[in-house]
Amino acid sequence: MLRDFKPALMIFIALTLLTGVAYPALVTGLAQLLFPAQANGSLIGKDGKIVGSAFVGQPFSDPKYFWGRPSATAPMPYNGGASGGSNQGPLNPALDDAVESRIAALKESDPAQTAAIPVDLVTASGSGLDPHISPAAAHWQAPRVARLRGIPETRLALLIDAHSTGRQFGFLGEPRVNVLTLNLALDAAGQ
Amino acid sequence: MTANGFLQLGFYLAVLLLLAWPLGLYMARIHRGELPIFVRWLQPAERGLYRICGIDPDQDMHWTRYAIAMLVFNLLGFLTVYLLQRTQLWLPFNPESLANTTPDSAFNTAASFATNTNWQGYGGETTMSYLTQMLGLAVQNFVSAASGMAVLVAVMRGFVRKEAGGIGNVWVDLVRSTLYILLPLSLALALALVSQGVVQSFSPYAKAELVQSIDYEQPKLGADSQPLKDENGQPVMEKLTAQEQTIAIGPAASQVAIKQLGTNGGGFFNVNSSHPLENPTPLSNFLEMLSLLLIGAALCVTFGRFVGGMRQGAAILAAMTIIFVGLLALCAGAEQAGNPLFERLGLDTRASALQAGGNMEGKETRFGVVNSALWATATTAASNGSVNAMHDSFTPLGGLVPMWLMQLGEVIFGGVGSGLYGMIVFALIGVFVAGLMVGRTPEYLGKKIEAFEIKMASVAILVPPLVVLVGTAIAVAVEPGRAGIANPGAHGFSEILYAFSSAGNNNGSAFAGLSANTPFYNTMLGFAMLFARYWLILPVLAIAGSLAAKKSVPPSAGTLPTHTPLFVVLLIGTVIVVGALTFLPALALGPVVEHLQLAK
Repeated sequence: MLRDFKPALMIFIALTLLTGVAYPALVTGLAQLLFPAQANGSLIGKDGKIVGSAFVGQPFSDPKYFWGRPSATAPMPYNGGASGGSNQGPLNPALDDAVESRIAALKESDPAQTAAIPVDLVTASGSGLDPHISPAAAHWQAPRVARLRGIPETRLALLIDAHSTGRQFGFLGEPRVNVLTLNLALDAAGQ
Repeated sequence: MTANGFLQLGFYLAVLLLLAWPLGLYMARIHRGELPIFVRWLQPAERGLYRICGIDPDQDMHWTRYAIAMLVFNLLGFLTVYLLQRTQLWLPFNPESLANTTPDSAFNTAASFATNTNWQGYGGETTMSYLTQMLGLAVQNFVSAASGMAVLVAVMRGFVRKEAGGIGNVWVDLVRSTLYILLPLSLALALALVSQGVVQSFSPYAKAELVQSIDYEQPKLGADSQPLKDENGQPVMEKLTAQEQTIAIGPAASQVAIKQLGTNGGGFFNVNSSHPLENPTPLSNFLEMLSLLLIGAALCVTFGRFVGGMRQGAAILAAMTIIFVGLLALCAGAEQAGNPLFERLGLDTRASALQAGGNMEGKETRFGVVNSALWATATTAASNGSVNAMHDSFTPLGGLVPMWLMQLGEVIFGGVGSGLYGMIVFALIGVFVAGLMVGRTPEYLGKKIEAFEIKMASVAILVPPLVVLVGTAIAVAVEPGRAGIANPGAHGFSEILYAFSSAGNNNGSAFAGLSANTPFYNTMLGFAMLFARYWLILPVLAIAGSLAAKKSVPPSAGTLPTHTPLFVVLLIGTVIVVGALTFLPALALGPVVEHLQLAK
């Protein structure tokens, strides 16, 4: 056993330097050189301040904004410093209660909207930071936002389209709308 | 499921099997020492490494020496990860000043990463410094995968060699796996992931001004930093308003690449690859899922090339693929069918061009149901354990699939190396059973399979279920075990069964509601991981040594051909029967009961 201890130690040190120092340093160097925006979190700047990341959602409860998906992070929703899902099982009464109260809040925000609510709008995302909602969930909220901001629904539909992404290469993943960039665009339009 | 859903699944399988072929042949050349011209420039580095370390690369090792050297090497990794966690506060590259972890958590994580399990009792961005992630965890991601590959290469030599004393040189196998296979693939994947938006930076966490400030409540802490309680024993809550959002970043891409390729699975962030900065787009998701099964599938091709019959490898790959597709269909179907509760509440759960529909609790919008089910199936078929959706919130049948795939022993593609050597053990049992039926001494690939091999194979097959079932039984019987449960009813039992299935088969995924970062679970699951890994490696290396010492017998009329559809069926049957007989009673108490309650 002793005769193999020294080679084991030496190989371990060598592989540690290679995979634990050289490799991440090389990847970081190349990433910062080739893709600096992505490598640093795809941050969005406005008036010299950072207002968010294109890939990290933010909490919205004001009816004049589009709302994102419910977030289970603690202590506040959309805590980008501590991601987390609800981990509620399908039969957990707490899931039932949570979904029912979210449905009630959405209905109260727009009593005139009688269409069925898309499921992603009342279920917590896996990360608690999901930046997207489905196009169906955006369309469901559009009449409310259009009315509160006094913009025509047709114009709002165009804005939603501008912040929507289809399936990548036409077939990968799911279509989605970026809630933060859409809301920033609404504010920028001054309405 | 929609037509697009079938397209995405079919495309994934097609690309996986297409790439497995050339990669498998490449790995065979590397491990047979026939370096292709485009990596030969690395050879001086390899030789220099052996010289500095005082290693003779041509020295052949007996299986016992090979095994001991491997254990010593793994022990060094274990100790390093433990010490880094216990001292990270005083070490550099800790911009968030994260504290040293507790002894039980450090033990659990060290065992977890040394054994290629990557069970995470901790939350990455709130626990581990950049230094611990890189110098401890990422290094183990490489070398634990390389260890698995080395053991497999030793087994393949066992079949090829005739009356030989040794099974190869462990250092050469470890270095070649890392230098020529894992590192180049990781480098390419890491950069591709950064291009999609995965972070790679040493900067502290970013701060963003929220567009809309948010009111929230949290328990008020006293001077002793314990939550204050009111006269009724309820925690006192304080109301706060957040104007700012912390955005955790770090050197994630380099680690995510190897955690997928090396079937490790330990995420940089708490929620692993459902975190949008760890897996931001459908393309990053596709690449991460592909690399998750790629090496495992390709090693079947390597195996065929090694033992001199490509159809031998193809038969094993076919058996794996068939089981995979069957269980994938069940998982995707169950998740798309969704939770009846959502329909009862009048929600729109139909899949359409405008939404994924189905059971979206715990899933990300960009992945929807299909990619979440595909990932869950792939990550538990491989012993990866990374997630892109919360398995705890899956429907009962959707959650049964990943749980059972782990319980089958992580042999459906499986971990890097460990998947295939596990499957070879099942193949030995398969030919043994077939041999019993016709009354002949079983053979596999020209080697007689005798009492010693079958004893070792039995140990390898019996240890993981033993760890899983005994561990689960203890945890549900004692208070500290039951205290961790998050969901009531049968689902709570499933959480514990899932945890031990994961640790006892070196997977690492979780029904994450379970509060497992406690001394009880950290200790129990830590030992489960160590048992399951090394009580497989030791008997498997013993088989390798025993086979290498045997003569090769030419096939005769009584030899069962092991490259035919009949053998594929026999192999699938062996895996399924062992897995079903062992675990059906336990599964009946968890997901099966829950499914019946849900359907009611």
